[in-house]
Amino acid sequence: MLLRHTPSEIKERKALTINPAKTCQPIGAMYAALGIHGCLPHSHGSQGCCAYHRSTLTRHYKEPIMAATSSFTEGASVFGGQANLLQAINNMFTVYAPEVIAIHTTCLSETIGDDINQIIRKAYDDGKVPEGKHVIHCNTPSYVGSHVTGYANMVAGMVKYFSESTGRYRDQINIIPGWVEPSDMREIKRIAKEMGVKAVLFPDTSDVLDAPQRGKHMFYPEGGVTIPDLKSTGDSKLTIALGPFGTESAAALLDSKCKVKYELLDLPIGISATDRFISGLSRAACVEVPTSITAERGRAVDIITDMQQYFYNKKVALFGDPDQLTALTEFLVDLEMKPIHIISGTPGKQFEPRIRNILKDKVPNANVRNGANADLFLLHQLIKNEPVDLLIGNTYGKYIARDEDIPFVRMGFPIMDRIGHSYFPTVGYAGVMRLLEIMLSALLDRQDRDAPEESFELVM
Amino acid sequence: MMDHDTLQDPLAIKEEILSKYPPKVARKRSKSIVVRDPENEQKIQANVRTIPGIITQRGCAYAGCKGVVLGPTRDIINITHGPIGCGFYSWLTRRNQTKPPGNEDENFMTYCFSTDMQDSNIVFGGEKKLREAIQEAYDLFKPRAISVFSTCPIGLIGDDVHAVAREMKEKLGINVFAFSCEGYKGVSQSAGHHIANNGLFKHVVGLDDTVKEGDFKINMLGEYNIGGDAFELERILELAGFTLISTFSGNSDMGRFANSHTADLNVIMCHRSINYMAEMMETKFGIPWLKVNFTGAKATAKSLRKMARYFGDKKLINRVEKLIKDEMAAVNEVLRETKPRCEGKLAMLFVGGSRAHHYQELFNELGMKTVCAGYEFGHRDDYEGREVLPDIKIDADSRNIEELFVEKDDKRYRPRKSAEEIRSLKKKGLEIGEYDGLMAEMGKQSLVVDDISHYETEKLIEFYKPHIFCAGIKEKYVVQKMGVPLKQLHSYDYGGPYAGFRGAINFYLEIDRMVNTRIWDLIIPPWEKNGAEITAEYVSL
Repeated sequence: MLLRHTPSEIKERKALTINPAKTCQPIGAMYAALGIHGCLPHSHGSQGCCAYHRSTLTRHYKEPIMAATSSFTEGASVFGGQANLLQAINNMFTVYAPEVIAIHTTCLSETIGDDINQIIRKAYDDGKVPEGKHVIHCNTPSYVGSHVTGYANMVAGMVKYFSESTGRYRDQINIIPGWVEPSDMREIKRIAKEMGVKAVLFPDTSDVLDAPQRGKHMFYPEGGVTIPDLKSTGDSKLTIALGPFGTESAAALLDSKCKVKYELLDLPIGISATDRFISGLSRAACVEVPTSITAERGRAVDIITDMQQYFYNKKVALFGDPDQLTALTEFLVDLEMKPIHIISGTPGKQFEPRIRNILKDKVPNANVRNGANADLFLLHQLIKNEPVDLLIGNTYGKYIARDEDIPFVRMGFPIMDRIGHSYFPTVGYAGVMRLLEIMLSALLDRQDRDAPEESFELVM
Repeated sequence: MMDHDTLQDPLAIKEEILSKYPPKVARKRSKSIVVRDPENEQKIQANVRTIPGIITQRGCAYAGCKGVVLGPTRDIINITHGPIGCGFYSWLTRRNQTKPPGNEDENFMTYCFSTDMQDSNIVFGGEKKLREAIQEAYDLFKPRAISVFSTCPIGLIGDDVHAVAREMKEKLGINVFAFSCEGYKGVSQSAGHHIANNGLFKHVVGLDDTVKEGDFKINMLGEYNIGGDAFELERILELAGFTLISTFSGNSDMGRFANSHTADLNVIMCHRSINYMAEMMETKFGIPWLKVNFTGAKATAKSLRKMARYFGDKKLINRVEKLIKDEMAAVNEVLRETKPRCEGKLAMLFVGGSRAHHYQELFNELGMKTVCAGYEFGHRDDYEGREVLPDIKIDADSRNIEELFVEKDDKRYRPRKSAEEIRSLKKKGLEIGEYDGLMAEMGKQSLVVDDISHYETEKLIEFYKPHIFCAGIKEKYVVQKMGVPLKQLHSYDYGGPYAGFRGAINFYLEIDRMVNTRIWDLIIPPWEKNGAEITAEYVSL
């Protein structure tokens, strides 16, 4: 057994996290920053952070992840990182010529208390920032929140630095996706276009982290939201923010800074959440939902009505990030599955009541935990006490799935042992179809594997 | 492609690379980029700070300590003291394989333990939480040992991890020890290796004096069992007749570390990460060390012969010769098949503190040429050989890594060879306690680059157009986007083993695939190919 020391008896822990269901803020900030065109993310701390984040993102996307670091040594840790950051800014603009440098902090620079605003001002004053280029930042102390918080903070940083209200009204909608894949961002843009809505999506990692193989490395790939587009978000009609944990802070800032109202929705994962997204977009832009979208929905629902027997009453354990889990739980409930163990390492008081509200009397006794000590060790123990038919989560779930012999669907971050997540969306009705397909494959492969010879089914 | 016998002078490309940098950066980088001239003694700048903003391969001291050296040991609970990230990123990502003797035996390597510090712990200190975490780990798992790894904020907020460890050791009655391996220490993961060596030496080595049965007892140092390398070497060593007391630290357990001072020879694979341990064991217990290289079939044979000569036992020597003969038959068969397809092709290697040297052996065996190489975190002695050690200036970044003061152990110091015997063996060409470094391997006008940056990587690939580039995960897809296959030499691209005889066979087959595959021809669509003509073909029905 891979996790042979995990006992089924659950003892409450206060201090020790075992097998976390989250990671730290800076990696989320780095990921979000890659969704700006021509952006070089910069990690202000010791170089191990940057190396770890680049490695983890690379394993997940199998794509180049370019980012630089302030390379703190003991001296910088004692005297502050200003000299390192100023030198880094100069070197990055000289050698790598980005349009924008997006700095995030680390637990080291946060503990020291480096004032990034002041250092950036000094970089401009000293002439280290070429004309027309930009340096932005956000604070991402690793000892607060999770990687999702870091993503949210960098997205809010984009608003803080770029969004402008020129007084010139633009007939466009801002869409802020929570932490989703480049495939999802591409799909959200496609849906908006299909609906005839002019949308600015930020951040946008499509065509950055799913860049085509062309035999040459483009340091700054073609994708990413452009700076003019980011600036224009202050003149938009409305912001649609998808997923409160990843996007609400940015949407609220855009409202207070530029008076662009926002509608906060769930990530459009599953039928109901996608329905709300489509309706929201249609309302916001005053467009009718085109028949093509309705047809997409119909195809997705058709799979459900064809195959529901395989989903009905199946118990599911899921772990990951709160915005995904919220929408996914609702989808599973729509399928009349039973999500009984739901774990997220990301803290936040609104998570559990929201999930309970979705589960209501349908799955009244589910274990829902997030924040401190809500980890995969606990999830595994819960599964030992009440087994499930399906496990959904990131790659680390496969250790539980193998030990407990549970069908496993990979969803979330990081996925380091399969491809697909960056190419095929889980959002929208197309995403519904993909989720149905991978869940069915997992469940039916298991049925095929375990069926006695006499009841091995040809047609399913 | 270049003719591999006449290397193009890389001086011009070096100048071109430097011209892009701000002057101060160019001056500094210039000293880390050396055009090889074997006729002259050459210095290289290494183990110095990475320049902020210049994209580097390097990681941190924590990664070197927790990830590299202590990570591969299965029966210890390694608790990361800090915010969640560091523990998360070092969770199972280095591919150290381990095989506990039985299904019930301890293996905590699949687990990640962290104190997951929150802002209140940063403000009010994290010692209390650490103490509780150690207690909870003990209550849950009853391990024989627990160690604690400090992340960046720990040093700043002043948590005394060593005091907490001492206190809990006393309370729990098991071995508990801590490492001050904050990420900002030193200039790369190398600092963490040193810190890990010190901690293991202080807290574990020598705890168990039981003398195990067996002849020709050795420890294997600096072998981390990536992709099962240590399994292959265990197989070879057993067939050759050596008794392996302990490996630092692939497929290892605490009991073997504790007992490792009873061995009669230390053999070093990765010189950079573990030479401290060998030196300290020699000083304290009288165990000499030999630098070996089990990467490459010929290198493996050579290393086994060195080890046999050290013991000087005729039966052992014969047994080693027979093993080499048996194993080389299979090796040569695969080489006959693969070498003609690989011969003359060019490789670039930028990895580690040993691998950029060791893997040149494998490429040599395939008839391939390493035109450009360097370490991510090597020191000058890894490049120039240990004879430069007295010349290396201790700078501020090295000074803050503890140098243990080690003396002869009153009772347990036992010179395995007399000074006379050592002299005589050395005279006969056995290089005891020596290492010549990477540069000795590299021919005239090859290029040696320490701590290569991303920018330099791209420029040098454009210049050399290598058939294969070896580095790590961060470089993997950048280089492949340029149409050049990249072999990861940290994770082996999830393959291996590559050590020993069977490892060499695996590597030949893998490199043959990588440098000869046709997949790269798919990149350019037919309508973009030079001279492409749109022709219409109709299938006649």
